[in-house]
Amino acid sequence: MPAKSDLPQGTLDLLILKVVALGPVHGYAIAQRLQQVSRDVVQVPQGSLYPALHRLENRGLLAADWKETETGREAKFYRLTRKGRAQLETEAASWQRLTKAVGLILRLSQGGAK
Amino acid sequence: MTWWNRLRRRTQMEEQLEKELRFHLEQHAADLMARGLDPQEARRRARLALGGSEQVKESCRDARGTRWLEDLLQDFRYALRSLGKKPGFAAVSVLTLALGIGASTAIFSAVNPILFESLPYPHAGRIVMLWDVFNGARSRVTFHSYRELVERSRSFDAIAVMKPWQPTMTGPAQPERLEGQNVSASFFRALGVSPALGRDFQQSDDQFHGPNVAILSDALWRRRFGGDSSILDHQITLDDNLYTVIGVMPRAFENVLAPSSELWSPLQYDSRHITNLDTQEWGHHLRMMGRLRPGLGTDQAKRELDTIAHAPVAEFHRPRWASLKYGFIVDSLQDEVTRGVKPALLAVLGAVILVLLIACVNVTNLLLARGAQRRGEFAMRAALGAERTRLMRQLLTESLLLAIPGGALGIAVAEVGVQGLVALSPPQLPRLSAIAVNFTVFVFAFGIATLIGLVVGIIPALHASRSDPQSGLRQSSRTTAGRHEQTRRTLVVAEIALALVLLVSAGLLLRSLERLFAVAPGFDSSHLLTMQVQTSGHRFDDVLDDVENSTRHRFFAQALHAVRDVPGVAAAGFSSLLPLSGDQFGEYGVQFENDNLGGGYNVFRYVVTSGYIETMGIALRRGRLLDDRDVASAPPAVLISESLAKRKFRGQDPIGQRVHVGPLNRPWFTIVGVVGDVKQTSLALSQPDAVYITTDQSWFVDDALSLVVRTRGDAAVVAPAIRKAIWSADKDQPIVRVATMDDLLTASAAERRFALILFEAFGIAALVLAATGIYGVLSGSVTERMREIGLRSALGATRGNILALVVRQGMILTGIGVVIGLSGAAAASRALVTLLFGVSRLDPITYLAVTVLLACVSVIACWVPAWRAARVDPCVTLRAE
Repeated sequence: MPAKSDLPQGTLDLLILKVVALGPVHGYAIAQRLQQVSRDVVQVPQGSLYPALHRLENRGLLAADWKETETGREAKFYRLTRKGRAQLETEAASWQRLTKAVGLILRLSQGGAK
Repeated sequence: MTWWNRLRRRTQMEEQLEKELRFHLEQHAADLMARGLDPQEARRRARLALGGSEQVKESCRDARGTRWLEDLLQDFRYALRSLGKKPGFAAVSVLTLALGIGASTAIFSAVNPILFESLPYPHAGRIVMLWDVFNGARSRVTFHSYRELVERSRSFDAIAVMKPWQPTMTGPAQPERLEGQNVSASFFRALGVSPALGRDFQQSDDQFHGPNVAILSDALWRRRFGGDSSILDHQITLDDNLYTVIGVMPRAFENVLAPSSELWSPLQYDSRHITNLDTQEWGHHLRMMGRLRPGLGTDQAKRELDTIAHAPVAEFHRPRWASLKYGFIVDSLQDEVTRGVKPALLAVLGAVILVLLIACVNVTNLLLARGAQRRGEFAMRAALGAERTRLMRQLLTESLLLAIPGGALGIAVAEVGVQGLVALSPPQLPRLSAIAVNFTVFVFAFGIATLIGLVVGIIPALHASRSDPQSGLRQSSRTTAGRHEQTRRTLVVAEIALALVLLVSAGLLLRSLERLFAVAPGFDSSHLLTMQVQTSGHRFDDVLDDVENSTRHRFFAQALHAVRDVPGVAAAGFSSLLPLSGDQFGEYGVQFENDNLGGGYNVFRYVVTSGYIETMGIALRRGRLLDDRDVASAPPAVLISESLAKRKFRGQDPIGQRVHVGPLNRPWFTIVGVVGDVKQTSLALSQPDAVYITTDQSWFVDDALSLVVRTRGDAAVVAPAIRKAIWSADKDQPIVRVATMDDLLTASAAERRFALILFEAFGIAALVLAATGIYGVLSGSVTERMREIGLRSALGATRGNILALVVRQGMILTGIGVVIGLSGAAAASRALVTLLFGVSRLDPITYLAVTVLLACVSVIACWVPAWRAARVDPCVTLRAE
């Protein structure tokens, strides 16, 4: 079993937005998807998933409707709003910039060690 | 969706949240079961993975953003419930705050317009009073000095002079003596106010023998002319002369220099004969006021005026008494208006701030005591996960819930208080009409209420939130004296000290007033009715040389005759000056036969009818009184006062000595008797030099004389009959200022009495609050020490021991408070000095008496909890652990 990492501060929102961007989805499925996609590296604390969803809904980045699942049960499905999509793009871009920069710095210090 | 909508849909959202989480758990459990777990284990794992569902819900609610409002409502409901459980505590706190806030609001309402608000004129700060200087003090100015300044000074937009004017208005209605002012044409311009109807005075109105014109106040216009604007250009009769009404002042116009003035007419002095020194134009009797040019300060104006004063020019001749060689005194109008009452008002303001402080301290103490009792509760809540800020917010809400009703009730108290203040206020209090609970004051009260709520709330909240839950839980049933109790003791000490300061001040004022009323006025004030009888109209214009046969003299003689016939009248007499009535301008220079030239004495000159001195009950020390022998044809006779006799004759017999009263070209008056001293202006002032002559032998008859009547029964009852008797001599003559001599005595001490009543009220309030404070702290401490006390009595302490234990604790607090309070009072009494009379501000008797009083009250306050402690049954308290 690979080692599990805690999510860096603020990245949970970004991950949720990315998952929801793929199509309307309910809370449990988001948790499942995050865990699967990250190959269990990312430990999604389920307890903080729902407050995050509600916060994003409150900020107007997500919208929600009650719909039936394929098993015929009623669940709350989240989807991305226009504002949410814009937010996702900005945050994803800035995340990539940040990781690139961090990567550069890490490589630099490795070079220095040689 | 607004937060309000969200709040309204709260129930619905709660249900959805519940449903969403349930779906998650069931789905997770179903997945786990599909992997082969048994249902019970699957559900357990799903729950573990999600975490505590209540905590998740709580976080989701936080995320929704309506949290603060929900919490507020919840805090509010909780606070209401918890206060409802202790109605006594809530009532005492709210009432204490209401008292503190109400009293301070009332006093602030009264003091604000007088001391702090600017006067009701445009750019009021530019209006100044200008005084001539005599013996280093302010002196009224002469007309010619005024004219010189108008011509030569460049510092003012307008300079105006004024003097009182009391015309009698006759016509279809009853004759009415009005209060008014004769003013220079620039008067209203200097104030910056113009008439609402008609026109202002012009230079052409203010000429010698100019037209008779008048401007009315709004109140007079409405009262006498029904607010009819056709009164303009119509004529009214004042002192038998016709005056044309040219204007009516706005309703809001306030004349701060002469608040009772209701009409104005031009001064119309003669500016031509400046070298003629024997005229009213050279008399020091005008008040002068100026409006500074914009941008000019008082100092600059004073420098310019002094330059003018020190550089006389030929055009403006100056006699010796108006030489202006000491320059001018320049005061702001505000200072002029408030000078007389400032010390009393500031003292009262200081007192009420102390009361407010005590009230706050008291409520803080109550909240602290309650906080201590609730430590267990808070510790429990903290252990269940309540955050520190949340607890503090809860306590703050509770404090506000006390402070806001306290503020609202305080405003009601203030409303009553302001009415009381106006009713009680001394006659010298300016701007009475401006005193009301106004918006500023309302804001002030609520500001204070909220601030107190926050400040008072913070302290227990800090204590409660600082406490470690474990120790709190452990101590929920028994607490030892901790830091919070130390705070409460300190607060009680502060309360006692503050109360002592107030009580000492009240005590000093009380002793002053006692001393003041113990001063012998020099006459017998009981059963004495007084009134002023005026003469007005052309019927009194006849020759003044023949005093005895003048119409005015005859009128007074007839009136006196009629008054003496009224049933119930024992004696009656007229005098030109009435002691303690506020009569001014009664001082004259007298010169005895052997005085050096230029020597002499300034004395009060009483022109009296025979019977006046007997009626007043003034003591005869030597010789005889004035009587019916002292008519115009008889040798002029004079009585002098005891101190004047002592000062002048030093043990020699003054009887038979001669003196000039008034003009030196009149025959000598021969001293026929010496009478006791009389307090003329105030009981507090000693100005005992006086002379008495008869109306027959005076060189002129005053146009208003005061009647004094000694009655057999109640003095006030015969007033209507006496008025009728006077009107039987001439029905057109106004009678004013009807009052018993006892009323005048009381009124003469009105300012001190005003301060005293307030200080007494505040002192008593402070005493009660301090007693409540001591009681509260001891009773809390007894509750907390029940176990210790039980243990002590189980180990053999007697009831007496326990009683002494608690009382001693209270008395130590009282003792510390008294020591601090005594030094505070000694310092604070400095502010009272001007209000004291015959008592040192460090009067040991007052300080001692107040200390004893406070000690007695605090013993009583200690006794109740001590008694409760002494009755503790050790079996019960020890078992309770």
